[in-house]
Amino acid sequence: MAKVSMTVNGAAASGEVEGRTLLVEFLRGPLGLTGTHVGCDTSQCGACVVHVNGEAVKACTMFAAEADGAEVRTIEGMANADGSLGVIQQAFQDHHGLQCGFCTPGMVMSAAALLKDNPKPTEAEVRKYLEGNICRCTGYHNIVKAIMAASGQDVSAIAAE
Amino acid sequence: MTNPLNLFDRPNSYIGKTVPRPDARRLLEGRGRFVDDIQLPRMGHAAFLRSPHAHARIVSIDVAAARAHPGVIAVFTGAEMAQHVEPYVGVLTHLAGLRSAPQHPIAVDIARWQGEPVAMVIADSRATAEDAAELIEVEYDELPAACDAETALDPGTPVIHPAFGNNLAWERTVDVGDVDAAFARDDVTVVERTMRFGRHTGVTLEPRAAVAEFDPSEDRLTFHYSGQAPHMMQFIFAKHLGLPEENVRVVAEDVGGSFGIKIHTYGDEVATAAAAKVLRRPVKFVADRAESFMTDIHARDHVVEGRMAVTADGGIAALAFDDLTGIGPFSMYPRTSAIEANQVLNLTGAPYVVPNYRATARVVFQNKNMMCQYRAVGHPIAMAICDGLLEDAAAAIGMDPVAIRRRNLMRDDGYPCASASGMKLADLSHHKAMDRLVELMDYDRLRAENAALRAQGIHRGIGFCSMVEVTNPSPMFYGVGGAPIASQDGATLRLDAGGGLQVASSVTEQGQGTNAILAQIAAGVFGVPIERVRVKTGDTETVPYGGGTWASRGAGIGGEAMLQAALALKSQVLDVAAVILQARPDDLDIRDGSVTDANGTPRMTLSDLARTVYYRGNELPSDLTPELIATRHYRVTDFPFVFTNGAMAAHVEVDPDTGFVRVLDFWAVEDCGRVINPQLVDEQIRGGVVQGIGGALYEECLYSPEGQLLNTTMADYLVPMAGEMPDIHVAHVETPTRTSVLGAKGAGEAGTGGAPAAVMNAVNDALRPLGTSIWQMPMTPERILKALGRV
Repeated sequence: MAKVSMTVNGAAASGEVEGRTLLVEFLRGPLGLTGTHVGCDTSQCGACVVHVNGEAVKACTMFAAEADGAEVRTIEGMANADGSLGVIQQAFQDHHGLQCGFCTPGMVMSAAALLKDNPKPTEAEVRKYLEGNICRCTGYHNIVKAIMAASGQDVSAIAAE
Repeated sequence: MTNPLNLFDRPNSYIGKTVPRPDARRLLEGRGRFVDDIQLPRMGHAAFLRSPHAHARIVSIDVAAARAHPGVIAVFTGAEMAQHVEPYVGVLTHLAGLRSAPQHPIAVDIARWQGEPVAMVIADSRATAEDAAELIEVEYDELPAACDAETALDPGTPVIHPAFGNNLAWERTVDVGDVDAAFARDDVTVVERTMRFGRHTGVTLEPRAAVAEFDPSEDRLTFHYSGQAPHMMQFIFAKHLGLPEENVRVVAEDVGGSFGIKIHTYGDEVATAAAAKVLRRPVKFVADRAESFMTDIHARDHVVEGRMAVTADGGIAALAFDDLTGIGPFSMYPRTSAIEANQVLNLTGAPYVVPNYRATARVVFQNKNMMCQYRAVGHPIAMAICDGLLEDAAAAIGMDPVAIRRRNLMRDDGYPCASASGMKLADLSHHKAMDRLVELMDYDRLRAENAALRAQGIHRGIGFCSMVEVTNPSPMFYGVGGAPIASQDGATLRLDAGGGLQVASSVTEQGQGTNAILAQIAAGVFGVPIERVRVKTGDTETVPYGGGTWASRGAGIGGEAMLQAALALKSQVLDVAAVILQARPDDLDIRDGSVTDANGTPRMTLSDLARTVYYRGNELPSDLTPELIATRHYRVTDFPFVFTNGAMAAHVEVDPDTGFVRVLDFWAVEDCGRVINPQLVDEQIRGGVVQGIGGALYEECLYSPEGQLLNTTMADYLVPMAGEMPDIHVAHVETPTRTSVLGAKGAGEAGTGGAPAAVMNAVNDALRPLGTSIWQMPMTPERILKALGRV
């Protein structure tokens, strides 16, 4: 067992972990941050995406010990300071970009990473960027729309029937 | 009493409107309550040792080292677990002749598929349990395996259950008209194809998961699971663990996708419940992704020899096929693994007038994971058989695929009527849907564009599917055959002192928005703002008894129960209001949380009324007995199923050099009766279409000849990704079903049922000028190149 310390959603967090403990296990278990999900164990599905030092990473593919000293942000840290939904979360709600909600935290975290680097992505760029996030319910249509809307772009044409 | 005809245009009706889901915000904040989020005191974590062989005798099993491993709480072999669980058999009496063998949660003596549980370890963490499982020594005597459905009935094939004499689980034939005479006519053109449908699976993003708690002081089991049918599971645990039914509580809170995968009895979940009972402490089991691929039910796995005869003007003269399907070593309990083949026989050709129809189904055992009901049970096969052959025939006689459909689709004004297989059909709109589809996709322009591109060496194709979907099933689906599966559902509304509604329903939420539409119906029909409705589903302790959500029944059956309960509560509340206000109930209404007069002028708030009833009953006449709670149940009585219809089209581009297929566009026109929430319905359709495209192009559980599953990660098993999927255009025709006041039919499975046929037809439309066609799903690049003779 080794001690790890990190900043999670702006607050100091630490704990004793085994060498094999994954970051996602540390977040979900000792820290109780169950919004980050495990969907595939092999880093394809993206349900476990969090930000480590500002970069989107798959928390199922990183040891907790590797995040020692890091700044970690999870879905629980994405709301505004007043508790209202963040821009991306609100866009997902407005455009029905979720069904069961299991992939949703990872989708929101990936979308945030995309929009940080590419504030006005095209629809094709959004779809390409989501190659590391699987949604099995929605068909992606409204997820793409929500991310485009969160970037401040007009999405009425995407909804055209 | 409110006139039901006015329900949908009342001032505060939410039915037919896009209303945000009340639970979306919670899920977006990461506050979902999925099973793996549950942590309980003294909870043990289960891991399973699973058979590495498709078929093997368990000669010996040594668990001593595992039991001695630090942190291990208990280890169970199959024989030890069998002492606590009555075996189960997946047969139903209405599927005459269906047979299966008794099944144990953990294999006893013989393992019959790779992945079948062989031992269970419970430890203080999942990691420790997996470490200990590796210490279990099993000596196997590998047996010859029967893996290939196509040879399962051959004389030399090993028989999986020797007492049966062969590997046949069930067979059925439907024979209507004079098929042989129709095919022998000299004025018909006959097309004939062998179609193969690979195995695929649901890949719910949240794997199957269970937390079982047992309270010995009350002999009481609480089972939290990720599933769709809490009351069915309550019966199963009671029966097979020997508990009174009322002592079993099954809870399904947030469910991370289900698609039919999470509606069956899985050995690892039964063992989890039994272990909690034996150990008298909570036990958690969460399938990892490899376990999900190996043990979540698989679907499809059909080989179909199909023929169709058409007259020179495109009329269907006859349709005939033989369907062979492999279901693994057991018929799944309790829904059975014969339902899909039965559906294929029932549904094939159902959109069309088919005067002569013959179909046979053979369902065979094999040493692979079990096959059972997954989203759109049987539909993708049934639709691909008929619509595939129909477009093949259209090409053979030089007829347009839309024209041949218009020639054969049942008339919109011809209902009620029956399909060739005898399915009762009503309130369908095939022609209207096809007209709307052709307009939506701008068909003629697209055809012309494809022809122009063809000249430039770009191979695009358009394919269609006219489909029916089974929804709102009656007791004739399962209950009639002895299954512990409710076909009726209930809803309860309670007016609380604050003037809000607590409502409960026995249908369940798996992400499709059930709770949202239940709130819409309750709020609109009773008369409160939707924010004043709290919905509870997924808990056998607190909701009325019912079937859950499957077979596209949540909105149609659960919704109607909610509507009827809301009408009942309204009537009860107005009876009380009439006394307090000294008015006649018929002269009062409930709108926006107040009792009003007939023109909507508020007379008293619901909160005032409820507080009077609950707190100050002394102000009421002593002979008044107010009831501010109402429950109603609903089942479909006039029809075995309430069918929906749809028309879909796919536009694809095939690259003949690589074999890759790109879906450029997809259109779906759906008639699911009354649309309760357009946004939710459209996204259900789209999600279904994408799963259908997955089955048509990407998804397949690949087995070696020895029965080893070759792709057990999401890296190897391909599901559709955002980058490959087109925008999916959805439109509606609304023909409400007359079996209910609400008029809603199901919508959840249509896309999955119809998209594969449309995509296959589109690929074949693209390939046809190249002199070939493909009849095997998924239509992988390799298979397309083989069809083109390029590899």
